Amino acid sequence: MNRDPRAKQTLEPLLFEKGSPGRRGYSLPPADVPAADAAALYGKESTREAVEGFPEISEIDVVRHYTRLSRQNYGVDVGMYPLGSCTMKYNPKLNEWAARLPEFARSHPLQPVEISQGLLELMYRLEQILCEVSGMARVTLQPAAGAQGELTGMLMVRAYQKAKGNPRKKVLIPDTAHGTNPASCTLCDYEVVSMKTGPTGLLEPREVAAHMDEEVAALMLTNPNTCGLFEKHIVEIAEIVHAKGGLVYFDGANLNALMGVAKPGHRGVDVMHFNLHKTFSTPHGGGGPGSGPVGVAEPLVRYLPTPIVNHREGAYVIEELPESIGKVKSFNGHVGMHIRAYAFALALGGEGLADSSRHAVLNANYLLAKLRDVYHAPYPGPVMHECILTDRKQNAHGVKTLDIAKRLMDYGYHPPTIYFPLVVPGALMIEPTESESLETLDAFADSMRAIAAEAADWPELVTGAPFTTPVARLDEVTAARKPILRWLPE
Amino acid sequence: MEFPEDLKYTKQHEWARPADGRVTVGITDYAQDSLGELVYVELPEVGSEVSKEDTFGVVESVKAVSDLFAPVSGSVVEVNTALVESPEMLNSDPYGDGWLIVVDPSDVAELDDMMDAKEYADFVEAEKKG
Repeated sequence: MNRDPRAKQTLEPLLFEKGSPGRRGYSLPPADVPAADAAALYGKESTREAVEGFPEISEIDVVRHYTRLSRQNYGVDVGMYPLGSCTMKYNPKLNEWAARLPEFARSHPLQPVEISQGLLELMYRLEQILCEVSGMARVTLQPAAGAQGELTGMLMVRAYQKAKGNPRKKVLIPDTAHGTNPASCTLCDYEVVSMKTGPTGLLEPREVAAHMDEEVAALMLTNPNTCGLFEKHIVEIAEIVHAKGGLVYFDGANLNALMGVAKPGHRGVDVMHFNLHKTFSTPHGGGGPGSGPVGVAEPLVRYLPTPIVNHREGAYVIEELPESIGKVKSFNGHVGMHIRAYAFALALGGEGLADSSRHAVLNANYLLAKLRDVYHAPYPGPVMHECILTDRKQNAHGVKTLDIAKRLMDYGYHPPTIYFPLVVPGALMIEPTESESLETLDAFADSMRAIAAEAADWPELVTGAPFTTPVARLDEVTAARKPILRWLPE
Repeated sequence: MEFPEDLKYTKQHEWARPADGRVTVGITDYAQDSLGELVYVELPEVGSEVSKEDTFGVVESVKAVSDLFAPVSGSVVEVNTALVESPEMLNSDPYGDGWLIVVDPSDVAELDDMMDAKEYADFVEAEKKG
């Protein structure tokens, strides 16, 4: 158990709280041109005399500040990060090498296509890989991340339905969906109709049939869903939707469980997005921008965002699409992420991609099997790439999901996703991904079992956690009710 | 957990208290306990219309954001604006100071489909068992 008090670090002050008047981190030669009067140039209302409280610090202060912060940070390069639904798989360093090749890194989106052939070829080939994985006809690489991919997909749904004579009014979404699904529909001016999943955690065809009519533009489905379960009725559900002229949107957030094994395009899917920052191992959040390519079936190809990369007469070209929904991102999207995803796909190969899906599924089932005797498991499994446990057994000792998550930090892990999906009270959603070894999974399971034992024998140890982090339990309630959004000098 | 006898209940865990031709609406003790500490409330304007089973507002806790569903149709005649500053009243007194809105109902008979305290208590027990 990691309870060494020396592990506790002092809280790092802000740069604004450091330094001393007149201290500098640079030394510039005297100006050899006359000083300009900013107020005369830009007007007094746009300029100010001084900035109160601006930090005056040396280079070493700044270097130490950020180095200390980086040592308090937790990332997938430090340890297991089983954040369910987020797919925090390892980002291979080979991807970083490829993205930093100067021929890629120094290219500019406005340089002529004649001298951008390498990068355009990479984008074209990545699109082909995504088409092969998904079974879709064409893919746009433009969208900046998954949620923008959803918006792009729903805009194409709208364009398709409008061209048929009626954009329609509603979109059907199951109650297990990510919150981004209803948000994307609302942005496209669709009314969201929530469908209930049954006790099995799956969307039943009769529930879809009960809500499906000629005013439904599309159904959005995540598969595997957020309970980590494969929506096995997808073919039948797609038939019900298609029979009344609706389209099927496949939220590819969990494609990492199916990649190389099953193709959504062969199961009645008309539009889908990919999360390259999940499935294809490109970094998340602060580690780099996301990337959310969108694939479509043949009838929607004409509506794809413009432009698109094509291959004609031995050369790669950037072409406009006249009936497109328009641009959704400047130039060609987050090209740096396309390079990383392409490197990942090539490094693994077709069989390797399928293996990564199989290992992700195996790892989640392994953890579920090792933990379901001490934690309540609402879905007994087998599951896909993630498993859900709850705090029901620990509630008897006054221990809740939040406490279990906080205590895991003392054991050296990033906590899993908690209180999601909303259909499972007190959910702990664990996604180990394919990246973790058997030893790491065993160590994590041992820690989870130790916490379950603590919850029974010494619940204060769990409800008071964490003890080994730079700061103790944060007051999330006051932070949300009375947030301090700006630092001010004392 | 307390479910007062004089209230009617929805499956989405709102309560309704009819009195003097008006209906006061709030969330149940079970709802506030499941959501955890509430940090934000969004309520309709006085004078706006609500429809039975449609959303009329949002509550947000540190765990989740949740829609509020109207138990009856009608126009909103009062809103508990004190909740904006003090959403914690939803946790401390869900049936009293934590009330959400008062509705002038267009059809009081809509209340008849709602659960009474005993039915709601059974519903909550079933939901807890999953």
